[in-house]
Amino acid sequence: MKNLPRSLPFSSRRRALLAGAAAAPLLPFHARAQDNPEVQAYKAFVGARAVRTERLVLDIPRIADNGNVVPVRIAMPGPFLPGAEVKSIHLFSEKNPVPQMAVFYFPLPLARVEVESRVRLAGTQRVAAVATMADGSLYSAMADIVVTVSACIDGT
Amino acid sequence: MADARIQVPAQIRRGDTFEVKILIRHGMETGYRLTDDGKQIPRNVIRLVTCRYNGTEVFRIEPSSGIAANPLFTFFVTARDSGELVFEWVDDAGERASERAAVTVAG
Amino acid sequence: MRVSAFVACAVACVLASAVIVVTAQERGIGLDKLRSGSTYMGADLRAMQADEFANTGMLWVERGAKLWNARAGSAAKSCSECHGDARTSMKGVATRYPAWDKGAGRLLDLEGRINQCRTSRQGAAPLAFESEELLGLTAFVATQSRGMPIKVSIDGPAAAHFERGRALHQRRIGQMNLACTQCHNDNVGARLLAENISQGHPNAWPGYRLEWQSAGSLQRRLRACYSGVRAELPPYNSADLLDLSLYLAWRAEGLPIESPGIRR
Repeated sequence: MKNLPRSLPFSSRRRALLAGAAAAPLLPFHARAQDNPEVQAYKAFVGARAVRTERLVLDIPRIADNGNVVPVRIAMPGPFLPGAEVKSIHLFSEKNPVPQMAVFYFPLPLARVEVESRVRLAGTQRVAAVATMADGSLYSAMADIVVTVSACIDGT
Repeated sequence: MADARIQVPAQIRRGDTFEVKILIRHGMETGYRLTDDGKQIPRNVIRLVTCRYNGTEVFRIEPSSGIAANPLFTFFVTARDSGELVFEWVDDAGERASERAAVTVAG
Repeated sequence: MRVSAFVACAVACVLASAVIVVTAQERGIGLDKLRSGSTYMGADLRAMQADEFANTGMLWVERGAKLWNARAGSAAKSCSECHGDARTSMKGVATRYPAWDKGAGRLLDLEGRINQCRTSRQGAAPLAFESEELLGLTAFVATQSRGMPIKVSIDGPAAAHFERGRALHQRRIGQMNLACTQCHNDNVGARLLAENISQGHPNAWPGYRLEWQSAGSLQRRLRACYSGVRAELPPYNSADLLDLSLYLAWRAEGLPIESPGIRR
């Protein structure tokens, strides 16, 4: 999975990883340590609809120091044509027991669509974000994260 | 009990987009943890967060147990009138809380 | 006569230098080689710690700030009534703890010092370890020294505690039969699963530990280490934890207070 340069000026600390949902099945087997991952909840959400894989930015560290708190930033660069603003962004996990991690809703058209939060990740996995526009079109971005576990058992 | 911090820029001009941040004290209990004697700690996560700017909803989040404890949420808002941002949230146990921050818009 | 005087002098010199060698504070890690635990974290966590708004530990600092101004106990006094603005009165305080407290007649860490004030001056019950209130107040007081170098006294009555703490640091414990020194002196930088072993300094505490999904004290973090080597956890406020805390503060001399720290 290639490391692309950051597309937005913040977070010099993280790398943005963009991968098309369509491209995933075409990746060579050895591109990931694991088998070709599928984010089932993402697939179920998208269904048969067309998804564009450029534009949406999913910024998440490649290696998480601890799966309890993993910073994530999702941004949809503008400008937005009237009728094509962002209505919502869904965030899906490949391996969490609850695959839909969060949904962000934008009830009013905004000039700048960018959200940050911190997620829990149950192990190394793929994360998928999908933006739904007012005209129903979809944009997605995916990232693979290696989640390290604590070396010592903490019984406190 | 409301335990949250909100950050809003001190100086905002009308028409600008400004960043809003909220950090909420909440354990976001997943429901998968066990007590020392093996009993399951019931799930209790914030399931809805809303933000109203002078009464109009400008942002909404539906988190799940996949959002980290003591969650941070940041987003952008377009500046209109001075007034306030009111955040409200509710968790699985039905506990409601809110926090507000003043918004001062020049121009 | 002169020879024996000379010999006596020589013997005295040898003995004196022997005494100097025995009491010399040998440091497992030299002062110039000290590294805070934050240097072993990834860039994301360092940024989280430096973020004055989004550092999760700040939720506890804010709680502490409210408690600082709240009246408590039978005396119905707040911290602020005696100590005024914490930014002035508490500046540098955390760098000196743990410390031998003459009034209490024992070694106190910062939590103990706060509780000492509560019981003796406010007429209030002591706050429980890891309670929101004690974490909040301790984090609030500690953060007033953020960036300042640790410098504790091991003189006078503190000396015995220091020696005991040092012995504890070097003692093998637990099913894994490991002493602190074996990881935190001898194997610094080595990997334990995916983690890098740090030097094991106390300067981030109270802080927010991602593993706990909560803020916690140094004592809790030390208990977590006991857990890690499968040893019995010493109770909160036990002599072992206090003496070890004093030794660790001495060992970390010069490192800046980072409270509220962010750690894995």
